Amino acid sequence: MKFAHIAIGLTILAIVLAACATATPAPTQPPAAQPTKPAASGCTLRLATTTSTADSGLLTFILPDFEKKFNCKVDTVAVGTGQAIEIGAKGDADVLLVHARAQEDKFVADGHAKQRFDVMYNDFIVLGPKADPAKIGGMASAAEAFKAIAAAQAPFASRGDKSGTNTKELSVWAAAGITPTKDMAWYNALGQGMGETLLASNEKGMYTLADRGTYLSMKDKLPNLVIALGGNSLQENKDKTLLNPYGVLPVDPGKHPGVNSDMATKFILWILSPETQKLIGSYGVDKFGQPLFYPNTQASK
Amino acid sequence: MNDLVRGLTQAIRLILLADPALMEIIFLSLRVTGFALVISTLVGVPMGAALGLSRVRARRLITALLYTGMGLPPVVVGLFVYLMLSRSGPFGQLSWLFTPSAMVVAQVIIAFPLVSGLTMTAVQAVDPALRLQVRSLGATRLQEVWAVLREARIGVVAAIVAAFGGIISEVGAVMLVGGNIEGKTRVLTTAIVLNTRTGEFSLALALGLILLALAFLANVAMLRLQGMTKDE
Repeated sequence: MKFAHIAIGLTILAIVLAACATATPAPTQPPAAQPTKPAASGCTLRLATTTSTADSGLLTFILPDFEKKFNCKVDTVAVGTGQAIEIGAKGDADVLLVHARAQEDKFVADGHAKQRFDVMYNDFIVLGPKADPAKIGGMASAAEAFKAIAAAQAPFASRGDKSGTNTKELSVWAAAGITPTKDMAWYNALGQGMGETLLASNEKGMYTLADRGTYLSMKDKLPNLVIALGGNSLQENKDKTLLNPYGVLPVDPGKHPGVNSDMATKFILWILSPETQKLIGSYGVDKFGQPLFYPNTQASK
Repeated sequence: MNDLVRGLTQAIRLILLADPALMEIIFLSLRVTGFALVISTLVGVPMGAALGLSRVRARRLITALLYTGMGLPPVVVGLFVYLMLSRSGPFGQLSWLFTPSAMVVAQVIIAFPLVSGLTMTAVQAVDPALRLQVRSLGATRLQEVWAVLREARIGVVAAIVAAFGGIISEVGAVMLVGGNIEGKTRVLTTAIVLNTRTGEFSLALALGLILLALAFLANVAMLRLQGMTKDE
């Protein structure tokens, strides 16, 4: 009994002391250890976006600038594109930042947003095991590579979650004239995000399609994967259909009266402004030798 | 093995350094689960006691419903609460979605069947002779119920502890209705998912160890409270 008393007492003491101590930031900055102080005004902008923009660290890099300029906190809900679009369609987000053109166009056509805007782009690459059992190294197009993977029945990992990446992957299969089904034992639809899919591919030596940004940001955790198709930078990517454009869409207040359309408009103007576009293009250059996202608007051309 | 050791040392380092982001996450986890537990206890214990003591004809049906409720998949609860609180849903004007309030609502729904169902069985197990005895001494209905609850307190505390364990470790519901927003709705479990997703395994493990430690402390505290109300 006494031991329990002492244990509780010591722990409470430790926590209180710890809370009073001045905080020193941890030397490594894991994603969970970057506190952003909320704006004093109580203004909030809800951004529904994909896991690739959040997990790559881009948003943590650029959003503080917006929050400072407009004294408004951005609540980022990072889920798959499919879920982000659904959240927007229910009016539970003020602005979307996603990368599935067909789904974005449908979003606008259904009246949930008046317009979509091009924001930035990067490219998709095909990753695979070093051994390259399907021999796709050096091929010029992803459709060709996918045909080879199917022919060799080499294990392939799909996001399987209606995300932007998944949408692109399915379009490549379509271009290759193949419809992957679950009866194909080599095809694995995980129903998970990009990070998990890459980790699984790394574990099981599977081919997969990923956006270059997420891959680069996780590269040190994926020692068994290599870039089988797409080159080492966007410029080297021979397959132009693997371009991955991102769109930003402000949710229409006419259809969803509760949204913060004022701030959403300011967000659009800010993210399309030349300075922010340059900021986007600078992300990752010092760490990876290339930008993870390329700015896309006329202003920056 | 490496990851496990790194996870342990990282957990200790984060606590000792009082990493502010971690402290925020911990306090939010405790606040949300604490609130939800208090609400489910205040509503669930009386209801469980009433059900255990009464001769309601529908009791078997209600019991079956409560037992089913104990097995509710948290992510389904999350989806239901999401649809209720969505702007395009019936309670959208509350603007609770993607805030800790929505997380509390979801956790109350998950915890409530556990608290009331297990309280009900604990109360049913009390010797009926006690009720007669207490009533013969002139107790009011309320005093009678309180006497039965005191007698059944081991089971009632177990009910609360079980509910606590269930909601502090659940992730599906709070991820859906909270959105895992940094600084606002990120709790220990959703932070673990995020770090696992991005391959930060040792940090995820560290957070997991901290979660376990918190649960252990809370359970020890609750068991102490249970002991204190008795002449053990």
